[in-house]
Amino acid sequence: MAGSTPVSLTAEPQTSGAAVVASGAAARPKARFSPAREALRRFRRHRLAMVSSVVLSVIVVAVLLGPLVWRVPINEIDFAAKLEGPSWAHPFGTDDLGQDVLARLLYGGRVSLAVGLCAMLVAAVVGVFVGAIAGMSRGAVDAFLMWLADLFLSLPALPLLLLIIYLFRESLKSVLGPEGGVFVMIVAVIGGLRWMQVARLVRAQILSIREKEFIEAARALGASPLRQVVRHILPNALGPVIVAATIDVAAAIIAESTLSFLGLGFPPDIPTWGRVLFDAKDTIDIAPHWALFAGAAIFLTVLTINFIGDGLRDALDPRRVL
Amino acid sequence: MSRQYVLRRILIAIPSIFGISVVLFSVLALAPGDPFSELAANPAIPPEVAAALRAKFGLDDPVWTRYWHWLVAMLQGDWGFSFASRINVDTLIMQRLPTTLIVIGAAQLLAIAVALPVGVLAGTRPYSIFDQIANTLAFIGFSLPTFFTGLLLILVFSVQLDWLPMVYRADLGATGGQWWWEQFKQSIMPVAVLGLFQGASLVRYVRSAVLDVVRLDYITTARSKGIGERAVVIKHVVRTALIPVVTLIALQLPVVFGGAIVTEQIFRVPGIGSLLISAMLANDTPVVMAITFVISCLVVIFNLFADIIYGWLDPRISYR
Amino acid sequence: MADTLLDIRGLKTWFKTDDGLVRAVDGVDLRIDRGETVGVVGESGCGKTVTARSVLKLIDMPPGRFEGGQILWQGRDLIPLPNEDMDKIRAREIAIIFQEPMTSLNPVYTVGDQIAEVLRQHQNLGRKQAIDGAIEMLRLVNIPNPAKRAHDYPHQFSGGMRQRVMIAMAMSCRPKLLIADEPTTALDVTIQAQILELMQEMKQRLGMAIMLITHAMGVVAETCQRVVVMYAGKVVEEAPVEALFGNPRHPYTQGLIRSIPRVDRAAGADHKQRLEAIPGTVPSLLEPPPGCRFAARCKYAMDVCRQAMPPLKEVAPGHFVRCVL
Repeated sequence: MAGSTPVSLTAEPQTSGAAVVASGAAARPKARFSPAREALRRFRRHRLAMVSSVVLSVIVVAVLLGPLVWRVPINEIDFAAKLEGPSWAHPFGTDDLGQDVLARLLYGGRVSLAVGLCAMLVAAVVGVFVGAIAGMSRGAVDAFLMWLADLFLSLPALPLLLLIIYLFRESLKSVLGPEGGVFVMIVAVIGGLRWMQVARLVRAQILSIREKEFIEAARALGASPLRQVVRHILPNALGPVIVAATIDVAAAIIAESTLSFLGLGFPPDIPTWGRVLFDAKDTIDIAPHWALFAGAAIFLTVLTINFIGDGLRDALDPRRVL
Repeated sequence: MSRQYVLRRILIAIPSIFGISVVLFSVLALAPGDPFSELAANPAIPPEVAAALRAKFGLDDPVWTRYWHWLVAMLQGDWGFSFASRINVDTLIMQRLPTTLIVIGAAQLLAIAVALPVGVLAGTRPYSIFDQIANTLAFIGFSLPTFFTGLLLILVFSVQLDWLPMVYRADLGATGGQWWWEQFKQSIMPVAVLGLFQGASLVRYVRSAVLDVVRLDYITTARSKGIGERAVVIKHVVRTALIPVVTLIALQLPVVFGGAIVTEQIFRVPGIGSLLISAMLANDTPVVMAITFVISCLVVIFNLFADIIYGWLDPRISYR
Repeated sequence: MADTLLDIRGLKTWFKTDDGLVRAVDGVDLRIDRGETVGVVGESGCGKTVTARSVLKLIDMPPGRFEGGQILWQGRDLIPLPNEDMDKIRAREIAIIFQEPMTSLNPVYTVGDQIAEVLRQHQNLGRKQAIDGAIEMLRLVNIPNPAKRAHDYPHQFSGGMRQRVMIAMAMSCRPKLLIADEPTTALDVTIQAQILELMQEMKQRLGMAIMLITHAMGVVAETCQRVVVMYAGKVVEEAPVEALFGNPRHPYTQGLIRSIPRVDRAAGADHKQRLEAIPGTVPSLLEPPPGCRFAARCKYAMDVCRQAMPPLKEVAPGHFVRCVL
């Protein structure tokens, strides 16, 4: 609206989008800052996110390359050395079978992280797909899809996850092997219960941009709906979706760990972090190191991912603080 | 708030329950193998009961009939017979449901009691020291899985300090005041674990809602009326920020039930969460199905309450 | 000597942002006497709203701060005044209405409650009396059926009605000065006229002074006794209304007046008149140019204009201009 003054002059101290600046700094050349560089600059300012990026990278590298470097076998049973605290031979101590906790955590970390990543991808793909369809079609299709999303949001995740594992455990094992079967099931269910948020974000973005002029222009130039979505709308929705996806990774890791902790996740020989905690909980009074290292692994990974997600939110979606 | 609004929300809840029942039943129907294989194998189940169960779950009928019979049975509370416990499932669940609801309720109250003031203070003083500390603590809070926090608390308070009991007992011997004290001591850890986890994410939601509201025009209008900063915050900021917070609390409910399952396992609280796990380990399908159904319905019902509260808080909604 | 209510001297309100210090208001003098209507005009970003909000100290002080100057209300400087004392002045002595009636009222309280809130605060009325007072105010601003409407919520009113409610709320304690920050910009043209008329009526009944902030020169011509023209955080011209429109001295003011679309000119001429705009855009308030801030867009600009900021000179009684011409 021509001549309108900024609605509110309460600019947050660390945002460059202050309305006052926008109207007062119109002549200042901002062209040299592409959106990507701006986002990176804002991300760098979030100290905890920067530290977390470093820590998470260390964890990922450790989990991927660690077993190649730290060559202690994960299932070398040695009753003589059972339940020992940290030492040079076993930096994280040993468990009740004398197995090296560090080696087990490094190996199990691969599974935990893989589950997190894949579940996130499932949620993101399904979410973008559903959200795009809902946003572009409007009317009955949109209403139905949103009702479906609401329905899924009411489904209690953990009980449903447990139910599906309970009912399908055996058959999937026979088809894909015990680890593969459980992996597919966990990834599919966790991802399948988290697409709703992404779908909502994509749909909201589409609805808000649909009516804007540049989409009208694209349509007038003959761009098909698919092209409109992919080239114009999705890039704008990318920011919030990336943030949601990051949170999804953390949520998926917690979900898988919870399942394993309840004894209902991966088979017992796979030392996912939750499973290690499950094994460790009964001897926590005499061998706390075992449970503490496993729990700390989960905690640190999830914490760093959450901080990074927050940093990404500040970088890509600065107005909202949630 | 109009009666029409309440009615409409109730009407919307009904298809949700149907939808959930379809999802649950489909999962059950698609499951390969015979979930009731235990029926034939378990000698303790009298054959008449076994036959009645098979009839009820209509294992030999077409899918639609089976679904309908199943749904009617579930809604009537006729949940079958538990293989493992040898009593009716509805009795079993009703025995243990109150405990779960009490723990969840207390945890939620604790969460709100902590998160609301902290979130409002953080939101009204953004980027201050208090805000940064509160924010960081909140992140730590919801990044710590409940099972880890539970174990840590047990390690510190039960094992090292021996202040609190490790195991929850439904049959406390004491009476009167002593009973309350014992009850408090055994409840405090599970409630604290669940409540603090919920509270951590709630703090961020409240803070964000407050930040969103504080920059709105009507807050400036309120300030320009000279009513004092405190009145502005309490009467205007908090009152309007509560609206999205109620929705968020409702959306969190499914997660709360999940957290309750874990907490009940760790502290051996005899609620429906631990019942679910033990039923799964014992292949006791009727119990598993019934508990999943009950929890889902509870979520829908609580969502309905949340909708009604939301309509009460925001006059714009209920007039639509 | 007129009774001076508000005397702003050399006000500087700056904002700390990512990109630097924004000098939204950079040395502004403004005076309002009892009972007069003063128009403050200028395009978006020139500092009008910040000046208005500074008077009632409604600026968020972490990014914003008072870098200098005084805001004298009946001789008393408001800048060092603590918040509790400011609250006694807000709504009771100085009231403000804003541009966006759709978002300026709290959606969860009834209109009557929101007006009553002011009355209860400043006049110590009980709840029933305050609501009655609110109903009276609604009647005063010509809202039909006020007794019933007082229990309605803001979303049940149209934009124009909401602005009336805002006016009712602002007037309820009979303030001496009403600051109206673009009160009609967000409204339909027909409603605009009604609101302005309402404000005039209120002014006459209560003997109130008005600080009318707007970018519409036509409105200013009709309603104001004196006009202050702002540009890029500074006052560039100040004059009684006839003098301003009859003999605008600053090139920016001349541009503003020329750019008012006028139907009669086009009708009478043998060729259509182009709508005159002032070329260029407002300069950055982050690093303002050293000299006159309008120099970049001024067709009379000379070197001396760009070197040093011209001072505000009195070129005729009551007529001040910040220009070397």
